[in-house]
Amino acid sequence: MTSQTAVRVQREAFDPGMEVGDFCRHNAMSGGVATFVGQMRDFRGDTRESGDTITAMTLEHYPGMAERQLEGLITEAKSRWPLDDVRVIHRFGTLQPGEPIVLVAVAAAHRSEAFEACAFLMDWLKTEAPFWKKESTAAGGAWVDARAADEDKAERWRR
Amino acid sequence: MTVLYFAWVKEKVGMSTETLTPPTDVTTVGALMDWLTVRGPGHAAAFADRSLIKAAVDQVHVPHTAPLAGAKEVAFFPPVTGG
Repeated sequence: MTSQTAVRVQREAFDPGMEVGDFCRHNAMSGGVATFVGQMRDFRGDTRESGDTITAMTLEHYPGMAERQLEGLITEAKSRWPLDDVRVIHRFGTLQPGEPIVLVAVAAAHRSEAFEACAFLMDWLKTEAPFWKKESTAAGGAWVDARAADEDKAERWRR
Repeated sequence: MTVLYFAWVKEKVGMSTETLTPPTDVTTVGALMDWLTVRGPGHAAAFADRSLIKAAVDQVHVPHTAPLAGAKEVAFFPPVTGG
């Protein structure tokens, strides 16, 4: 098990390769590590061809509640699957296209629980964690609307 | 209590936080929104469509029907879009 803090909400950029390497080393006896890295898109809409170009993004968050929600999600994941360790990193502040926004890493004895818990954490994070994206384009800044599809993805884990 | 606003709710209200003492008959999150709405045009614009507003009491997501009893911190914000 690890002594690292499971949840980090930070303004600073992070290096996914370094984080995943560190997480694997801390959980070397776990049979499987599943990770997801969310990165900032450079377009708005469904495809790059049809959408507007995004020049920057500002992520606002609710300090305190953001960390608390993410910790609660990890507790929930650990109650559903036998997990060895979880790490979640989420940025706030101004980001440039291509920068990592979020990292979820899950260590477990076997791959299926690692994959499932990683998907669960991302799906619930998208609908529960208090972060809001504002995209900047040539036309100005606009808050991103929540997507019904994200609600549906989170719903499939309800029980 | 401390009332917090985030994202476009904050922009419409025109501030990120205010310290308020609502009257004793304001007992739910929904009633607090009713009371806030008449504080000014910014508040009225922010709370014009309640279906777009999410709430948290003491940093826990709650429905608009939730009681305010003992609440120290109430937050209003749009549906979240992180990740």
